[in-house]
Amino acid sequence: MPVIEVTSLHKRYGDLVAVDDVSFTVAEGEIFGVLGPNGAGKTTTVECVAGLRVPDGGGVSVLGLDPRRDAAQLRQRVGVQLQESQLPDQLRVAEALDLYASFYRDPADPAHLIDTLGLGDKRNTAYKKLSGGQKQRLSIALALVGNPRVAILDELTTGLDPQSRRDTWTLIEQVRDSGVTIVLVTHFMEEAERLCDRVAVIDRGRVVALDSPAGLVSTVAPEQRIRFRPSASMDDRLLTDLPEVTAVQRTGSQVVVTGTGDVLHAVTSVLARNQIVAADLRLEQSTLDDAFVELTGRRPAE
Amino acid sequence: MHAFGQILKIETRLFLRDFGSPLTTVVLPLALLVVFGLIPAGRQPEEQFGDLSFIQYFAPSLLVITLAMSAVNILPTVLATYRERGVLRRLATTPASPAALLAAQLVISLATILVSAVLLIVVGRLAFDVPLPRRPLGFTLALVLGTAALLALGLLVAAVARTAKSAQGLAVPLFMAVMFFGGVYVPRFLLPDFLVRIGDYTPPGVQALLDAWTGTSPHPLHLGIMAVVALAAGATASKLFRWE
Repeated sequence: MPVIEVTSLHKRYGDLVAVDDVSFTVAEGEIFGVLGPNGAGKTTTVECVAGLRVPDGGGVSVLGLDPRRDAAQLRQRVGVQLQESQLPDQLRVAEALDLYASFYRDPADPAHLIDTLGLGDKRNTAYKKLSGGQKQRLSIALALVGNPRVAILDELTTGLDPQSRRDTWTLIEQVRDSGVTIVLVTHFMEEAERLCDRVAVIDRGRVVALDSPAGLVSTVAPEQRIRFRPSASMDDRLLTDLPEVTAVQRTGSQVVVTGTGDVLHAVTSVLARNQIVAADLRLEQSTLDDAFVELTGRRPAE
Repeated sequence: MHAFGQILKIETRLFLRDFGSPLTTVVLPLALLVVFGLIPAGRQPEEQFGDLSFIQYFAPSLLVITLAMSAVNILPTVLATYRERGVLRRLATTPASPAALLAAQLVISLATILVSAVLLIVVGRLAFDVPLPRRPLGFTLALVLGTAALLALGLLVAAVARTAKSAQGLAVPLFMAVMFFGGVYVPRFLLPDFLVRIGDYTPPGVQALLDAWTGTSPHPLHLGIMAVVALAAGATASKLFRWE
């Protein structure tokens, strides 16, 4: 049974349709990514899942609970990290965690959590004096302090420097390894590629693709590009005759082969048979970025 | 209930940690009482104050400082800041309710007002011969209704203001009006009669406090107005209040 089940979710604000028709399921122990351009309806979708908003149509079930009807039970078991949610300036790290721990029936040990998140030497520091990365880690700690079975994390690493971002990713993987199901809203493709088992790409309030990151790339943007400099002159037809190859271009001494499937193997085999050595060979594969652009017609916002 | 207790504990700590809040709500009125009380002329009964001493006449206005600061300045600013910064929203995702935070802030306001009132009454009595409120019941009633009216107005500001800045923009003029009509800026005997009459009906109702403190029953109309303001502003605030 899926941990989260969203069926034909619909939500409007006045005349603006924020979520038109969104359906997906999340399995236990999965890291599930929700991707999409700004204003696509990602945040509204997860807010409905978290029970913070009432959908205008469709159904949401989390751990078999209805987020509205069983709100009290849901809040015990679902940890939420919201976008742009701060704390009072003078509140100290340990105070915040102790306070939030007191809300739950079976909380995690705040002191242990502080250490795990690398805030050990900041426990008596006021929120105002924390760096962006530390604030973010505290925010994640607050989402986890209730020992949730599901964690919903919105814009996890926005505003973090690359090192903090990588540290946060490692942390999220540890959380997942402890058995927590994670829903991750992000617009960083690198983050989704690194962390997510599956992603839903949402555009204009609808799910336009739902697959593993690698699956999305190979179905949506399957093209690969091979660049090399041949050691001897060669006829382009050697390559264009291959079924895997879609195009061959030359720029100066460099040959650029575009193709799909097992194109690399096909090209190198044919070169070897003809005793041509491919110098400076590089393979460029599509990334989730390319798939995203293909799907939404927009570049992921940075 | 457990969560509420923890929130109240932390919010009280934050209130005390923010140096300005206890200073302006409790220390300042008390310091003014002491300063005016130390002036010998301030302790002599005067005919223009209806045979009260100046300090006796002015004491309810000192209490107005606490009321105004706490209810229409600090309360709405804190609540609007918490909403703007997403503190209330984050709380809404936990088993604790943002309503518990609102309740904790109200308790802190009430406690501040109570502490300041007790200090002004006790220090006034012990150090400067200000008699204890002669109509304890009437005084309590006037204080409770005046406090309720101002807290309701403070909540109304917190309800209509979208940001902490706009809350302050609304709170400051209201705060100044309350202070002015409460006789804090200019003692009321120096004000023209019609302004004093307006002040009688302006929350928290400084005349009702003075009457009950010095031995006259507070005027039912004065008290009634406070009750009406409290109910009307409170009902509107609860209708308009948004958690995010």
